[in-house]
Amino acid sequence: MTKAMTIATLQFDGVGKNYEDNLVLDNVTLDINEGTIVALVGHNGAGKTTMMKLLLGLIRPSQGHVRVLGLEPTGPEGATAKRNLGFLPETVAFQQAMTGLEILNFYARLKKISLSKNLELLESVGLADAARRRVKTYSKGMRQRLGLAQALLGAPRVMLLDEPTTGLDPALRRDFYNTLTSLKQGGTTILLSSHALSEVETKIDKAAIMSEGKLITSGSLPELRHAAQIPVRFRLHTQNGSASSIADQLAGADINQVNGQTVEFSCAPQDKMLLLRRISELGIAVEDIEIELPTLDHLYSYYRDEGNVQ
Amino acid sequence: MKTILILAGQEIRDGFRNRWIIALTLVLAGFALSLTLLGSAPGGTVGASALLVIIVSLSSLTIFLLPLIGLMLSYDSVVGEIERGTMLLLLAYPVTRWQVMAGKFLGHITILAFATVLGYGLAGGVALYQSETVDSEALSAFAAMTGSSIILGGAFLAIGYLISTCVRERATAGGIAIGVWLFFVLVYDMALLGLLVGQGEAIGNTLFHVLLLANPADAYRLFNLGGFDNVATLSGTIGMMADVKLSSWALGGVQLAWVIVPLSLAALIFSKKEI
Repeated sequence: MTKAMTIATLQFDGVGKNYEDNLVLDNVTLDINEGTIVALVGHNGAGKTTMMKLLLGLIRPSQGHVRVLGLEPTGPEGATAKRNLGFLPETVAFQQAMTGLEILNFYARLKKISLSKNLELLESVGLADAARRRVKTYSKGMRQRLGLAQALLGAPRVMLLDEPTTGLDPALRRDFYNTLTSLKQGGTTILLSSHALSEVETKIDKAAIMSEGKLITSGSLPELRHAAQIPVRFRLHTQNGSASSIADQLAGADINQVNGQTVEFSCAPQDKMLLLRRISELGIAVEDIEIELPTLDHLYSYYRDEGNVQ
Repeated sequence: MKTILILAGQEIRDGFRNRWIIALTLVLAGFALSLTLLGSAPGGTVGASALLVIIVSLSSLTIFLLPLIGLMLSYDSVVGEIERGTMLLLLAYPVTRWQVMAGKFLGHITILAFATVLGYGLAGGVALYQSETVDSEALSAFAAMTGSSIILGGAFLAIGYLISTCVRERATAGGIAIGVWLFFVLVYDMALLGLLVGQGEAIGNTLFHVLLLANPADAYRLFNLGGFDNVATLSGTIGMMADVKLSSWALGGVQLAWVIVPLSLAALIFSKKEI
């Protein structure tokens, strides 16, 4: 047996969790390596938040082991692990009577880091003007941004983000994902859970698909696409009248629809290049082409259904 | 230790911000002052030290008020923070559960001490100003009363945390807190009295003493009304104290135990709680 040289930053090793008879996590084994962004994907109650709580040491696993930076979160080294960790809960709440800056200063003190950069940090999440206002007066989006700011305190090596973009407008979402990308380049490991699958798919390295407490599958999007064998969909725009003759020349493709100027068909992922070459041989008869790869949404519903069948 | 101070500081700042501390100080000072000003009328002519008179009246006030304040400050502090979601975030930071508990206690007891010292100190100052002589025994009795009032508040803070860690909902904690207050402050003494009248001979002296000490409010009463001879004479509890052969130190110890035991228990339950 050979062991991997580097220890994964976040490790779930056969982890189960039950509350009395209620099984919320069932034999989950998942390694998340340093400097990667991984999305936990699943419907409500799939066990995403439970996994975050296990990583934070708020609850103990009923079976198996959880490790953060090689340390056990519920053990005596838990505090060391938490010093290197940033967390944004699903519904973030603060002491209402405090100002944004006071909140940030309080949490920075608990992490034993300097307070000098806190104003800058608030500025980076667009809260510079509200820094000295009480949190009571903040909107939902502003609270979420303050939550993000506290998770970023002290440039943590691990970030756990539970539904991080709820309540953020599109511009802030873009800023948020830019922040994640630069953190990742600095070696930060990021685990985020999300419902907004289409939004995260271009930003993540891996997805872990959860359903009813089980890890259905995990991997990079190309890996998952390949394993799922979800057909690639094509839509060709053709010169007037040539649609049906083009459809006849696409042997091997699964023709879905032909009408006047468009041909819609699909093929297995491995036949994609073959068909593309054939289409390019058709010359000017094809005016435009749209290719739709299976998205994380498709993968998710595919794997979820498969997981439930098993 | 530094973490505990940071946590306590946050509680105190929150207390100031929510005007809790100001309200508390005003209530205590208001009651204490009105007792002093109204209550000193009879004392002045009989020759009893004005300070001793207000020790008796203030400690009766304390028995009702400080347990209530203590419970109000604490009943919500664990279950409420869990419900609001602030606990989840706090525990994601490098703090241990017992540090959270210790920080809350330190913060709340400071709030309580601040309000009590200021409120009662004001009343004591007025009484001193009105009386011609300064009696040093009365002064130390007054200081002991103020100190033990804070400890009594601390005991109910600790009981409040215990309630707050054991329940799942804020409303339940509130209900239990009111029940606990009624029980220790009102029902307990009445029941004890009833027992004495009904079965006076059947329950021995020792059992009676144990029963008295099994209530932090009664331990406080014994400490203050019986602990100093002059106060005992004035309050008419001298007969009872002759029976209860316990030194002030022992009574103080019992009071402290009423802080330490529930607080440790609350910390223990909290450290095992899954959030």
